[in-house]
Amino acid sequence: MRDTFIDTTTALLADEPRTALVLADISAALFASAAARHPDRVLNVGIREQLMVGVAGGLALTGLRPIVHSYAPFLVERAYEQLKLDLDHQDASAVLVSVGASYDRAAAGRTHLSPADVSLIDTLDGWTVQVPGHPGEVAPLLRAAVAADTSAYLRLSVLRNDRPLGGDGALRVVRDAGPGAPLVVAVGPTLDAARAALADLPVTVAYTNRPRPFDVAGLRDRASTDVILVEPYLAGTSSRVVSAALADRPHRLLALGVGHSELRRYGSADDHTRWHGLDAPGLRRSIVDFAFSAPR
Amino acid sequence: MTTTTTNATIAEAAAPLDGRQPVGPLLERIRAGRDFGTNVYSTVDVLQVLYDRVLRIRPTTVDDPDRDRFLLSKGHAVAGYYAVLAAAGFIPVDWLDDQGGPASRLGDHPDRLLVPGVEIGSGSLGHGLGLGVGTALGLRAQGLLEPRVYVLVGDAELDEGSNHEAITYAGTTGLANLTAIVVDNASATHGWPQGAAARFTVDGWTAATVDGRDHDALHTALTGHDGNRPHVVVAVVDPKES
Repeated sequence: MRDTFIDTTTALLADEPRTALVLADISAALFASAAARHPDRVLNVGIREQLMVGVAGGLALTGLRPIVHSYAPFLVERAYEQLKLDLDHQDASAVLVSVGASYDRAAAGRTHLSPADVSLIDTLDGWTVQVPGHPGEVAPLLRAAVAADTSAYLRLSVLRNDRPLGGDGALRVVRDAGPGAPLVVAVGPTLDAARAALADLPVTVAYTNRPRPFDVAGLRDRASTDVILVEPYLAGTSSRVVSAALADRPHRLLALGVGHSELRRYGSADDHTRWHGLDAPGLRRSIVDFAFSAPR
Repeated sequence: MTTTTTNATIAEAAAPLDGRQPVGPLLERIRAGRDFGTNVYSTVDVLQVLYDRVLRIRPTTVDDPDRDRFLLSKGHAVAGYYAVLAAAGFIPVDWLDDQGGPASRLGDHPDRLLVPGVEIGSGSLGHGLGLGVGTALGLRAQGLLEPRVYVLVGDAELDEGSNHEAITYAGTTGLANLTAIVVDNASATHGWPQGAAARFTVDGWTAATVDGRDHDALHTALTGHDGNRPHVVVAVVDPKES
């Protein structure tokens, strides 16, 4: 996904003179050719994340369209007040692109984990959040975000589904179990595990790579009583949105995702997927317990 | 004579006589009997010199891409700013009568979406210089080489690490269209023993340290950039009352 991001951004810088890129050393070497071609619009401020976001705000105030890129914890958490004030409060907008989602770099430990990034972005107003499930989804999402005039957060991961799914952000049903079936909404790279977990169960599975704005209309169309969220970041991140969307109906919600507690374990991203119950067996256990075993 | 009276008198005496409202009575109109600290009075002279003699911006050019930008980073020092904006015709004078009221556009910190001529909403310290660096870079990237970006910070505000990120980056990359103004009323908790300007010059800025009440000295300093490097003006005023 990072390679696609770099190629697409390099092309956007060449094609769209309004585009600018702000870096804080992360990925700077990979943008060396773009920086050589567009020295005024590819800006590496060094390891200065507050300045990176402040610069993006200033660029936007002059009419440019900044793309801001770093590791998820440095991009979203370290300079959160700059996101709130230097972008939102100024009515300035930018496209944030992170790598290192949730536990991509599990062996690096807590400092490089960022499962709460989408929750933090959710405290801001009117942002688009894009969580591609495959490298093939990155370029259209990035181009759409840059072409818009609102702020967006594009969350890239080393985890991925086998095949890309396109679409405009609307919930896309990939498995239809008919009226009344529990609805599983899988976000980004969680789709394949969800599909594998539920292959022989009467469960409808829908996919989105754009959880904000959440496709509320699509959710209301498809949801019956039981709704299960499967998200690759903090469990419950989208519960607020789903609960509000279904407030006028009796419904039950199960929110699966990365657990809140710090595991203090290294290992691989796949290990963490398993430990957080987001692999196929884990999802199956949770969803069967919720939708088919629990007292109704 | 108290410091407050001295400052207001100076502001009044320095008011332009070309038909504009003098700033002093406008500041008193905002004050409406309340107490203002030196953080307000300490910036009035700099603001007057900027708006009267330096900035290429007027009420009819607030959206012109080629305008100079003035970013008030220390947003709490806002009363003098509103008075100067009213004197220069950016905002109606009668807005001054209800600062902070429920129907007012003038908060205790300025909001760029509510006040014509205000470039950034500010209040939380340490944001203006980063935004100013981005603004200067954005202008340069679009070939707008005439406008300058002026950012006013306080000496205590310099404590914020975000400013040090901006100072070093602007200095080491030679961001020539940026001017920082430090209003130094010696309010930084641990002080700047080498002088506030040293924090900038060590990273390649040009600097001038002047009497923050002396309008001619301020004017010379504010226009004293060399065109190759960012420039800082340290405007020294009376120490903050303790």
